[in-house]
Amino acid sequence: MHDNALGEDEITAGRGRNGEIQNLEGYVGFANLPNQVYRKSVKRGFEFTLMVVGESGLGKSTLINSLFLTDLYSKDYPGPSLRIKKTVQVEQSKVLVKEGGVQLTLTIVDTPGFGDAVDNSNCWQPVINYIDSKCEDFLNAESRVNRRLMPDNRVHCCLYFIAPSGHGLKPLDIEFMKRLHDKVNVIPLIAKADTLTPEECQLFKKQIMKEIQEHKIQIYEFPDTEDDEDSKLIRKIKERMPLAVVGSNVVIEVNGKKVRGRQYPWGVAEVENGEHCDFTVLRNMLIRTHMQDLKDVTNNVHYENYRSRKLAAVTCNGGVDTSKTKNQMTRSPLAQMEEERREHVMKMKKMETEMEQVFEMKVKEKKQKLKDSEAELERRHEQMKKNLEAQYKELEEKKRHHDEEKSNWEAQQRILEQQKLDASKTMEKNKKKGKIF
Amino acid sequence: YNGTCLAKKGEGARAVPLAGHVGFDSMPDQLVNKSVNHGFCFNILCVGETGLGKSTLMDTLFNTKFEGEPTQHNQPGVQLKSNTYELQESNVRLKLTVVNTVGFGDQINKEDSYKSIVEFIDTQFEAYLQEELKIKRTLHSYHDTRIHACLYFIAPTGHSLKSLDLVTMKKLDSKVNIIPIIAKSDAISKSELTKFKIKITSELVSNGVQIYQFPTDDETVAEINSTMNGHLPFAVVGSTEEVKIGNKMVKARQYPWGTVQVENENHCDFVKLREMLIRVNMEDLREQTHTRHYELYRRCKLEEMGFKDTDPDCKPFSLQETYEAKRNEFMGDLQKKEEEMRQMFVQRVKEKEAELKEAEKELHEKFDRLKKLHQDEKKKLEDKKKSLDDELNGFKQKKTAAELLQSQAQQAGGSTTLKRDKERKK
Repeated sequence: MHDNALGEDEITAGRGRNGEIQNLEGYVGFANLPNQVYRKSVKRGFEFTLMVVGESGLGKSTLINSLFLTDLYSKDYPGPSLRIKKTVQVEQSKVLVKEGGVQLTLTIVDTPGFGDAVDNSNCWQPVINYIDSKCEDFLNAESRVNRRLMPDNRVHCCLYFIAPSGHGLKPLDIEFMKRLHDKVNVIPLIAKADTLTPEECQLFKKQIMKEIQEHKIQIYEFPDTEDDEDSKLIRKIKERMPLAVVGSNVVIEVNGKKVRGRQYPWGVAEVENGEHCDFTVLRNMLIRTHMQDLKDVTNNVHYENYRSRKLAAVTCNGGVDTSKTKNQMTRSPLAQMEEERREHVMKMKKMETEMEQVFEMKVKEKKQKLKDSEAELERRHEQMKKNLEAQYKELEEKKRHHDEEKSNWEAQQRILEQQKLDASKTMEKNKKKGKIF
Repeated sequence: YNGTCLAKKGEGARAVPLAGHVGFDSMPDQLVNKSVNHGFCFNILCVGETGLGKSTLMDTLFNTKFEGEPTQHNQPGVQLKSNTYELQESNVRLKLTVVNTVGFGDQINKEDSYKSIVEFIDTQFEAYLQEELKIKRTLHSYHDTRIHACLYFIAPTGHSLKSLDLVTMKKLDSKVNIIPIIAKSDAISKSELTKFKIKITSELVSNGVQIYQFPTDDETVAEINSTMNGHLPFAVVGSTEEVKIGNKMVKARQYPWGTVQVENENHCDFVKLREMLIRVNMEDLREQTHTRHYELYRRCKLEEMGFKDTDPDCKPFSLQETYEAKRNEFMGDLQKKEEEMRQMFVQRVKEKEAELKEAEKELHEKFDRLKKLHQDEKKKLEDKKKSLDDELNGFKQKKTAAELLQSQAQQAGGSTTLKRDKERKK
C-alpha cells in the first residue's frame, strides 16, 4: 500500500472539485474519483421503489406522506385504504421529487384489499407475482442482445404494517413475511404506535421479534460497518426493531415550536420526537442512510436468487440431480450446453468404439467359421482323395498280382506246351523209328 | 426549504412538491460511500515501441516505482505483460493494473503486431461476459480486468504517424478508449510540436480513427474537457528523478542546456494528461468501457452464437424462450449426429455381410467343383475296376478251360495223337 501524505509544498498544482487550487505534493489525483462518481450519479438521477403492505386503516398513506413530506396520496390520488377492492390488487404510483440538486423517481407500490377479506388465503400471491414480474422484466432487459439503459423497477423495500394489538403477530403477518422475506427486503413496522404506551410497546416489540426468530423470518438486516460510530448507531436501531411509527402531516404548535403531530385532548403525539415514536429512525434509515444499501441488497441478493433459480430451471430442464446442479451453477447456461456437448461427443465416441469392437468381433467370428468350414471340407476332400488313392493302390496291387499270376500261368502253360511239343516230337521220332506201332 | 418540481412527461411520473427536507439528497453520498468502501479499480494499457518511456511515464503519473526491468529489443513477437498494484490516496483505494506491450514495433514484419493486443482486450471482455452469463454469479466482487484506457505512445519524430501506429489504432478504436500521447516530447521544439500535433490529428481524422473524447455533456466539467480535447495528443515527458529548482525538489530531466520540468505546463502536457486521465475523467473512462466497448463486444458475441432479440414475427423473445430454443436446437443437433453415426454403422455392417456372403458362396462353389472332380475320379476308378474284373474273369475262364483240357488230356492217356490233333485243330 502506498500511502501518500498531503504535503505542504506549493509547486505542484491540482484542481479540486470546485476548481480551487489545492496545495499538494505528490498528489496523483485518484482521490478525486469519489467526486467523479458523485457528479455522474447526480446527473443520472436516482430511482427507488417502495412497497407498502397492510390491512386498511393502519395509516399507511399518512406515513408515506409524512416520510416524503408530500401529498403523494391526496384527494386526487387516494390511498389504498380508500380504494376498496374486492380482491387484492397491486398498484403503483410514480412520482418525481427533487431536492438539493438530486432527482429521485419514487415508485410507491401499494396493495389495496390486502387482509381485508373474510378469507385471506393467498392474499400474498398477487404481491409475490408483482415482485417476480419486476425481476423478470429486469432479467429480460439485462439478457437482451441490444441492451439499453435499464430502468430499475424492482421492489427495493417492503414496509409491512402490523396492527398495534399489543399481543403478537397475527397468522396473516407471519404467513406474509415468511413468503416474502427471501424475495424482497421486509421491514416490519408497528402502525399507529400512539395507541400503545411505551411499556406496552416494548413488550409488543419483544414479542414480535421473538416470533420472527421462531419462524426464521429474515427481515432486512443492517450491514456491518467498520466505523465504530456507525456500528453504535446500527446497534441502537436494531434494539428498537420493529419500528413503531406514527404519521401525520398536520403541523401543530407545541411550546412555540411548529411540529408535525397528532392532537389529542391529552396532548400532542409528535411524529418526529424520538421519545414518542420511531418515525425519525425509520426516515433516517430508509431515506438518509440506507436507501442505497436497500437497492444493493435487492440487486445482489434477491434479484440474483431469482435469476439463478430462473436460469437453473431453463438449463436443467426440470431434472434435478444435485451433484450435477452444483457444478452447473458456476457456469452460464451456454457454457453448460458446451459442456453437455462435449460429454455427448465423448459418449458417442465411446459408443462408436464399442460398436466398432462388436463389429470386428462378429466379422472375426464369421471369418473364423468360414475358415473352419473350409478346413473341414478340405479335410474331407483329402480323406476321400486318400480313400480313392488307397482303392487305386489296391486295384493296382490286384492287377499286378493278377498280371503276375497270369504271366506265371502263361509261363507254366508255355512250359507245358513245350513239354507237350517235346513229347510229341519224341513220339514222332519214335514213330519214325517204328518203335511205337 | 422547498424542493422544486420537475416535469418529466412520458415517464409516467408526476412531479410533486416537497414540504420540507426529506433527506434523499444524501443518495449520491450514500453511493459514494459504498464505492469508497468497495474500492476502485482501473486498468491502463500502454501501447508503444520499446524505449518510448512507457514505464517511466507510469511511474511518474502514479508517483511510484512500479516493478520491471527495461525490455530489450529482441522480442520475437508482441507480448502483453500486466501488473496489478494496490494504491491508496487519502481514503481512496485503487487497484491499478498496468499492461505493457513488450516488443511492440521491434519485429521486421509488424503486420501481426496488433493481433496480440486485440486478443488481450477481447480476452478480458470475454472473461467478464462469461461471469455475467453464469447462473450463479458474483459480479459484485468480480475483479474487472477490462482495459479502461489505452495510452498510445507516438514516437517523437516530428513528422507524422507511422503506418504501424495508424493500423494499430484503427484496430483498437472500437475496442478501447484510445488516448494518443507524444512520448519523450522534450526532443521536439515548441514550433515543431504544434505542426506535429496538427499533422497527427489530421491523419487520425482522415483515417477514421476514433480516439477518446473527454466528455462535454456535464456542465461541471464541459469547459475544461473541451479545452483539453483541443490539446490532444498530449506531449509528455516522464521522469522520476528530482532536481532542485529554487528551493524545491521537482521531477525533471536535466540537460546541459536546461532542465525540463515534468509538471511545468509550459514545458510539456504532463499535468494535462494527469488531470484528464485521473482527476477528471477516470470514472467516465470506466463507464465508456462498460457501456460502449463492452456492449459492442457482447452484442457481436451473442449474435455470433445465434441469439436474437426478436423472433421472425418481431415479437420479443423472453430469456427463457431464447435459452429453450437454443437448447432444443442443440439437442436436435446432437441427436442428428448420433443418428448419422448409427446409419453409417448399419451401412458398414450391410457391406461386410455382403462381402462375407460372397466369400461363402465362392467357397461352396469351390467345393462343388472338387466334389465333381472327385466323382469323376471315382467313376474312372470304377471303370478301371470293372475292366480289371473283366480281365480277371476272362483269365479265370481261360485258366479253367485250359485246366479242363489238360485234365481231359491226361484222362485220355495215350491218345496223345488225338490230343495233338485236337491241339492242332485248336
